[in-house]
Amino acid sequence: MNISPVGLPHFLVLSAILLVLGIFTMLTRRNAIAVLMGIELILNAANINFVAFTRYGAINLGGQVIAIFVIVMAASEAAVALAIVLNLYKRQGSVNVREANKLRD
Amino acid sequence: MDQLILISLVALGLPLLSFVLVILNQKQLGEHSYLIATPAIAFSATLAGYIAWERLHIPSAPAIQWGFDWLHFGTVPGVGQLIIRQNVFLDNMTAILMVVVTGISLLVHIFSIAYMKRDPRFARYFAFLGLFTFAMLGIVLAGNFLQLYIFWELVGFSSYVLIAHYYEKPAPQNASRKAFIVNRIGDVLLWIGILLLFSEFHTFDFREIFAFINQGLPITFSLLGLSPETTLTIAGLLIFGGAVAKSAQFPLHVWLPDAMEGPTPVSALIHAATMVAAGVYLMARVFPLLTSNAMLIIACTGAFTSFMAATIAITQRDIKKILAYSTISQLGLMMMSIGSGAVAAGVFHLVTHAAFKGLLFLGAGSVIFAMHHAKDAIHDHETNDHDIFNMGGLRHRMPLTAWTYLIATLAITGLPLTAGFMSKDEILSGVMAYGNLQLGIAQAIPWIGFGVTMLTAIYMWRQVFLVFFGKPAIPALHEKIKESPKVMTIPLLVLAALTLWFWYGGNPVNPDDGWFLKKWIATPTQIIPPQTAPRFLPHNYMPVSENATSASMPHQIALEENRTANSSFVELAALVSAVFGFIVGWYFFLFRGRSRDGAQKPSTSLFPLSSFLQKGWYIDPIYNYAVVDTVTFTARMLAWFDRRVLDGAVNLAGRTTVVTARFAGAFDKYVIDGLVTLVGATVQFFGLMARSVQTGRIQTYLTWVVAAVVVILVILRFTMFHS
Repeated sequence: MNISPVGLPHFLVLSAILLVLGIFTMLTRRNAIAVLMGIELILNAANINFVAFTRYGAINLGGQVIAIFVIVMAASEAAVALAIVLNLYKRQGSVNVREANKLRD
Repeated sequence: MDQLILISLVALGLPLLSFVLVILNQKQLGEHSYLIATPAIAFSATLAGYIAWERLHIPSAPAIQWGFDWLHFGTVPGVGQLIIRQNVFLDNMTAILMVVVTGISLLVHIFSIAYMKRDPRFARYFAFLGLFTFAMLGIVLAGNFLQLYIFWELVGFSSYVLIAHYYEKPAPQNASRKAFIVNRIGDVLLWIGILLLFSEFHTFDFREIFAFINQGLPITFSLLGLSPETTLTIAGLLIFGGAVAKSAQFPLHVWLPDAMEGPTPVSALIHAATMVAAGVYLMARVFPLLTSNAMLIIACTGAFTSFMAATIAITQRDIKKILAYSTISQLGLMMMSIGSGAVAAGVFHLVTHAAFKGLLFLGAGSVIFAMHHAKDAIHDHETNDHDIFNMGGLRHRMPLTAWTYLIATLAITGLPLTAGFMSKDEILSGVMAYGNLQLGIAQAIPWIGFGVTMLTAIYMWRQVFLVFFGKPAIPALHEKIKESPKVMTIPLLVLAALTLWFWYGGNPVNPDDGWFLKKWIATPTQIIPPQTAPRFLPHNYMPVSENATSASMPHQIALEENRTANSSFVELAALVSAVFGFIVGWYFFLFRGRSRDGAQKPSTSLFPLSSFLQKGWYIDPIYNYAVVDTVTFTARMLAWFDRRVLDGAVNLAGRTTVVTARFAGAFDKYVIDGLVTLVGATVQFFGLMARSVQTGRIQTYLTWVVAAVVVILVILRFTMFHS
């Protein structure tokens, strides 16, 4: 079996799989924390792309710097989002996002 | 300011003060109001007497005038500086009339204390007596036409109020309205006449106007393009129009008999002695500007009125109506005299008439008062206490009233030793001279005068015999008749004294020598242009008489000479007429009445014309038919026009508006509102559409986001990179 060396396409495929998994999680899970997890997956899929393009592409170290920014941003995003989730729980007694539709009216 | 002017102003103000005090305190004063009114009038009368004394004992005292600027109009286009003044004008005629007005007013005030006792509107009555006296004094003191006109209206108003004193009953209401409306006709004519003179001479002052006319009539003095002379005649006749209404001359005399609905003392004061004489006074005042034609018309009107009223008086049954028609007749004599140029005689008769007619009315009031109380005593509410056929033999019951009434009757019928004889004789000799010189229709005037003298005697003796002589018509009533109280009989005695000759002249059969005519009152000199003067003189006529003053116009001197020449014949003829009238009256109403059982039979058997006369020559029905019905008919026509045509048009317009409004409403409702609703519905529809997307489910939104990203990517893939 001819196994080709690991190259840019492998990373891109992995990234695509992660993105799809993240989107699926984000759109289907009812638990707000699970939704957050999905978002983290999406962000990390992007990160993989940035890092992969730095390694194989022509953008030098810019991709890695952005990846670090994204990680920092994801951490702060998680902090804010978890605070929101805590408040959501305090308000409605659950973290089910389907029930969080009070702003509709 | 002259002292006499000041006194006359006080005399003028006192009755007004009394009016204001009494009218403002009617409730509080009640029957005590005479305690204010009577002393005020008494004081006023004293002052008037003082003025007359001061003026009349000086021979030919000049007229005095005092005035002040009343209205400043500034510079008026076509006139220049226009200032209207108020004047007080005091000459001998004014002084004498002030005494007459305040004197009669005082006696009426005293008489009314008893006569009006227990009247619910006692205070109002005395208040308006004061207002009337004030207004009447204002007329005689007025120095200009405007002022005269103001007071002229004021006497008309107080007369109106006093006629309607018993305003609960319909007859006094109608009578007062009639008096007011008929007087308005005359007032309008008078006002037009005043304005006609004012429009040319720009002044209301009597003496200034006379002075202007004396300088010659300007060619601009023209009404509707008529010549200045004709215009002057018209002005004189318009002013006479005012006098016709106020002094009850034909054809505006109809209000005076009806005015008898007022209390009898009011009839004595206003509708016999003073107010109705205001017209005579006015004509005497404006006599200088009367032209030949105006004089003739005035003389004829007076003569006709006098004759007509005397014939009517013969058939009346109401004691006051007889006296009312008698007043009209006597006023006619005065007008006739002024129209004939015998102004002094007219004014003389005015004064003597005030005395004897005031006495007759107060006497009639005394009789009615006694009848009324007698009726109450026997609980009779049917008998008419004004009807002379219900009286009879009253001289035994009320001797003072009867004898004073008799004296007044002697005076009015013109028998010697009375003032009436003197003044009537003067009038008749004056009109005789006028008839002799003027010729034409004027020749009839003196004979009408003698006829009226006879008729006067007939109706007065008829009244006296039926009331005071003969048998009592209703014996039960007669038993209860009592003489009136002293407060009523004393004025009668005073007036009876004033009816005698010696107040007016020393010789009872020669009035020309009496001081009234010789010293007090003279016929004023006319100032009309010579071409409008009566033309009964030869061209080169020169006056030879010593009697006439040289200042008079030639025709006036000729009249005076002719009058003197005829005076003894006239005196005799007047006396014969009066005695003949007395005999007729005695024969029909005393001698034959004695043989009749009572006097219940009305006088219809006496004249075939009786009902014609009794109805006052059918003048009232004619007016009702010609004027009142015409006005009513026109009013009905106009009302019909209003209802049918104007109201129809208005209704049509209304209906059109309603229909248009309905259309507009429907358009609004369906079209405009529809559009608005449509806009709303559209917005709502899209809103609902847009809303359905907003589920509130965050994952749905995310799905949309992802889908959108995918779509964008696909688009980008096929647009940007594909090329």
